[in-house]
Amino acid sequence: MTLRQIQELYRQKKSSPSEVAEGLLARIGQWEPKVHAFSWFDPESVREQVKLLEKGGPAADRPLWGIPVLIKDNICVQGVPTTCASKILAGFRPPYDATVVERLKQAGAVLLGMANMDEFAFGSSCEHSCYGPTRNPWDLARVPGGSSGGSAAAVAAGMAPAALGSDTGGSIRQPASFCGVVGLKPTYGRISRYGLIAFASSLDQIGPITRTVEDAALLAQVMAGRDPRDSTSADVAVPDYAGALRQTAQGLRIGLPKEYMGEGVEPLVRKAVEESLALFKRLGATVKEVSLPHTEYAVPTYYIVATAEASSNLARFDGVRFGHRADGKTLLEMYTRSREEGFGPEAKRRITLGTFVLSSGYYDAYYNRALKVRTLIRRDFERAFEQVDLLVTPTAPTPPFKLGEKMEDPLTMYLSDILTISVNLAGVPALSMPCGFTESGLPFGMQLIAKPFGEETLFRAGGAYERETEWHKREPKL
Amino acid sequence: MAISPKEVESLSHLARIQLTGEELSRFAGQLGEILSYVEKLKQAQTEGVPPTPHVLPLSNVFREDRLQPSLPIEQALANAPEREGPYFKVPRVIDPTR
Repeated sequence: MTLRQIQELYRQKKSSPSEVAEGLLARIGQWEPKVHAFSWFDPESVREQVKLLEKGGPAADRPLWGIPVLIKDNICVQGVPTTCASKILAGFRPPYDATVVERLKQAGAVLLGMANMDEFAFGSSCEHSCYGPTRNPWDLARVPGGSSGGSAAAVAAGMAPAALGSDTGGSIRQPASFCGVVGLKPTYGRISRYGLIAFASSLDQIGPITRTVEDAALLAQVMAGRDPRDSTSADVAVPDYAGALRQTAQGLRIGLPKEYMGEGVEPLVRKAVEESLALFKRLGATVKEVSLPHTEYAVPTYYIVATAEASSNLARFDGVRFGHRADGKTLLEMYTRSREEGFGPEAKRRITLGTFVLSSGYYDAYYNRALKVRTLIRRDFERAFEQVDLLVTPTAPTPPFKLGEKMEDPLTMYLSDILTISVNLAGVPALSMPCGFTESGLPFGMQLIAKPFGEETLFRAGGAYERETEWHKREPKL
Repeated sequence: MAISPKEVESLSHLARIQLTGEELSRFAGQLGEILSYVEKLKQAQTEGVPPTPHVLPLSNVFREDRLQPSLPIEQALANAPEREGPYFKVPRVIDPTR
């Protein structure tokens, strides 16, 4: 069910939050043993929250009253184990709520549990988790994508009508594509990062994963806006996203960046994006080819900037104030052992790489150069948006791949984010939505990209496409 | 760019992570491969291009210098692996045997 459908049932008094919650608990009972999308889950906590909400009743200032939402395991929920799927945070219960969680609670949402992920969001397959991998509900032999794989898989399997993810290089959009659902990476600064356990602070954004574009807009509306506790949250007015959804695609200027349709992209995916563009034309949009000439530098730039920031951010996990502590006779020994035992292989690899690119002697050749190339990538987008309102691309070059396929080859894994990474480097918003299925029934998505704080354009175009297509209505079978 | 297990070891020391011998040699290979890949950035024309550490036009966001509520000590210490009174406790900082 979509959030709109649930709200409609409540409005007509045809269902109640407890009925919806029980339905989901039953669904989780069926699907979760196969998919493994949750890192933490407690049916009693769900029932308690629902009871309290029903007592209070619906209210105009509670736009998400009775709506269950799953939270990615790197977004702090007070008193609930929040671990980034890492042993180093085993048992950590945050003493406060992330701003987004606070806003969801105030809006009347029910927190359904915590979603599995790649450890510290380092990964594109949800295999790098201390809880074991999440599987793709469309084919259990395949990955759900990552790092927000648990969030996307739960929404696809109908275990959660909506979930939060975080996106540093594609971690919302790529799993949304792999699981046949909608995922929004908002503009950098649009949604507060307070309480999001940091991976790369200049790239991270929290966003919704839902079944429809309409639902993504609903959650974004609640979460967006300035937060004094995040100095990088922008003081930019939040427009009425529902209004944007009602607009048509008439007159929309769409650009197709030629670098995103190259040979690495599977022909089937390319064809589906071309067909989607043809549909946009029929809806009154114009389509022209544009160029983002520095696209080829996006992955190397990203793996320098992101690992540099990660190596610095993850210094806080030292066994002193929270998380895992190993024995050590001295402070130094305690640090090195706690971190050795607590971090998984991919975290260690990225911290080591980040330490390398920041170390004296290599700083200018790697980190500083990457920051300059980042400027070039950002300028590519600025130039493109002088000509068009929206860019349309595939989200991922392929449909979901198999478990284990890329685990021992980090570089190949990194390349699966090739179409999503530039967006984070440039700080622009992007939405992935389903645009096709393979013959064997595997979903894949297209990516809509707008200029900074242009979420309205994403909702407008995505909404128009959604009204004309049926992809989002398909459901996986157990 | 090749990177030796010895170099990985010194990086791991800087990063305060103890790595096993097997990890040192595996990471050396993998990091070398990744670094060769990022060499590509040398082809980009970056002369005169300013760096972008951050996409927003922000610097030094201040709030008013007024006392605000903060986490109570008990809550702040609730996740501490070890504590003593209102403090986090850690092993001795200086090794007297060295």
